[in-house]
Amino acid sequence: PALGLFLFTIARDPLRIIILIAGAFFWLVSLLLSSLIWFIAVKASDPQDEPLQKGLLIFGVMFSVLLQEAFRFLYYKLLRKAIEGLVALSEDGCSPISIQQMAYVAGVGFGLMSGAFSMINLLADALGPGTVGIHGDSQLYFLTSAFMTMVLIFLHTFWGILFFHGCEHRRWWEITAVVVMHLAVSGSTFCNPLYVGSLVPSYLLMAAAAAWAYSLSGGSTQNLRRFLLCKF
Amino acid sequence: MITFMNNSDSEEEPCNERTSLMSAESPPVPSYQDGLQASEAGEAQAHRKRRTGGSCNPNNITDGEAPGTGVPVRESTSENEEEELTLKYGAKHVIMLFVPVTLCMIVVVATIKSVRFYTEKNGQLIYTPFSEDTPSVGQRLLNSVLNTIIMISVIVVMTVFLVLLYKYRCYKFIHGWLILSSLMLLFLFTYIYLGEVLKTYNVAMDYPTLFLIIWNFGAVGMICIHWKGPLQLQQAYLIMISALMALVFIKYLPEWSAWVILGAISIYDLMAVLCPKGPLRMLVETAQERNEPIFPALIYSSAMIWTVGMAKPDTAPRGPSQQTWDAAEDGRENHRSPSHAASQMSETSPAPTRAITSLEELEEEERGVKLGLGDFIFYSVLVGKAAATASGDWNTTLACFVAILIGLCLTLLLLAVFKKALPALPISITFGLVFYFSTDNLVRPFMDTLASHQLYI
Repeated sequence: PALGLFLFTIARDPLRIIILIAGAFFWLVSLLLSSLIWFIAVKASDPQDEPLQKGLLIFGVMFSVLLQEAFRFLYYKLLRKAIEGLVALSEDGCSPISIQQMAYVAGVGFGLMSGAFSMINLLADALGPGTVGIHGDSQLYFLTSAFMTMVLIFLHTFWGILFFHGCEHRRWWEITAVVVMHLAVSGSTFCNPLYVGSLVPSYLLMAAAAAWAYSLSGGSTQNLRRFLLCKF
Repeated sequence: MITFMNNSDSEEEPCNERTSLMSAESPPVPSYQDGLQASEAGEAQAHRKRRTGGSCNPNNITDGEAPGTGVPVRESTSENEEEELTLKYGAKHVIMLFVPVTLCMIVVVATIKSVRFYTEKNGQLIYTPFSEDTPSVGQRLLNSVLNTIIMISVIVVMTVFLVLLYKYRCYKFIHGWLILSSLMLLFLFTYIYLGEVLKTYNVAMDYPTLFLIIWNFGAVGMICIHWKGPLQLQQAYLIMISALMALVFIKYLPEWSAWVILGAISIYDLMAVLCPKGPLRMLVETAQERNEPIFPALIYSSAMIWTVGMAKPDTAPRGPSQQTWDAAEDGRENHRSPSHAASQMSETSPAPTRAITSLEELEEEERGVKLGLGDFIFYSVLVGKAAATASGDWNTTLACFVAILIGLCLTLLLLAVFKKALPALPISITFGLVFYFSTDNLVRPFMDTLASHQLYI
């Protein structure tokens, strides 16, 4: 689905592609920094201590979430500056791309990158012999991973929109809501392999975020109805 | 493959590299500038009218800003206008370069991942005589540094030689040299590549068919690159050649040497293009003075050439989607690689010198950006090496890929700002190297642990 999003909405406009790649880059940098922190923490601690390792991992995850959001904010700042430059350059005084489109594209960029990083090694291994869950792990590993990744990509997209909107209108509570949601989703994955605990809340949150983002982007139930009725 | 090393001196060609990135947009010569202003004056008027009279519905953010910032900008000098036009096309050009670079990298990574041949160590080039099989780290490091020094000096010598030839107008020699090396590339390397791919997939093919295929491929390639041909085909050939060359490098350069060489090449590139006495800069300036295109073979161009000569100014070429290529502007290019002899040609027109005057008749101009082939090659080498040797497989490859694309973006941005030849390698390669090493060592354990617990961040 993320690839579909990309193809239909982003691939047309070169500016959006650039914003997408830059978004992916920012996510990558945030990942780098967070893994640096985790790495240092692990090296400094005792590798044999199991609970400590798990605790460190949790700490690493939370820290990474916070860093991701921080980088989203930085990216927002950069895009604001860029938009002013673009406006000055454009022919008729309008920016060729609105901040909301940028928010959307940035969200997709983040999402794609995080999804790619989560999935791609898995996919490569999936080409190998079918030995999933031999050691007593869940047999649904691949399936749940796929769903989780998809929900995460969508979530990043919606969070991007919400976050930028919050920054635009200086509504701090929106921003904190995004951060809290992200933390909640990551935290819920801690209950894996009890998949019910992680997938269901994530999907619920995604639906909520989708509705919120939709309403922020100017949609309404009327629009939705007209869209559906025209088609059918 | 030991015989490979004793191959003809056409092997040396690949090592010649120059890189500089230039946009085909800024006018190099004053006379051209006047012409440009004249032809753009009409456009500028239209622009001005549209701008000041235009009322658009900017989104709420830029509401107050647009008219305010718009007007003073528009009334700026024509130089600024040109800058605006330059930047306006910026995004499109960036994408026009993204696509071939991405394609090249995809080809290289796909080959590395599937064909075993390119990751086996079967000897080294004569340019890197020091082996890396030594037991101690210090010795290995020393060997790789020595290898790098030798390689870089070979490259410098080749470049200087090429520049001298160009200065003294030994065009025939240069053309012959380029043709010879592109011949070798197209035939020999393709033969090896095809052989290995067929071996991997266990497909049998008899010699006559093989001969036919390679002959056709090579002949069409030669024609396309050195002479005329459809732009897409030419671009495709250039990409394929760069990928082949990158694969050769990946196979034959020992590990640490490869990384040190990548770093050293970007430093060299920086110096060669920006220093006043740098060979690449001299090459570019000489080409500009003579209003000639830089070798028809070493550059990838995203633009098409007008095939309209001075005699027929009104036979407008195919359509608005075409882009002009200014002969005088070819100075700005990223050219790299003489090594591959590449015959990467950016010209399809036999008379580039006429293009400069026909430019004045053009109504609408769009310019392309040129990137040297060596840049393609070294980007692909970096990504290919990441794919081949990284233990974190795809993550590292992906990270390097994104890093290189961002570096390219930044370079093009700088290009739009500075408007002169710029080295394309340093920024991208630096980002790529940083990301490679950091992803491999830092991110991989983190992601592996996360994945094993199925945690998501």
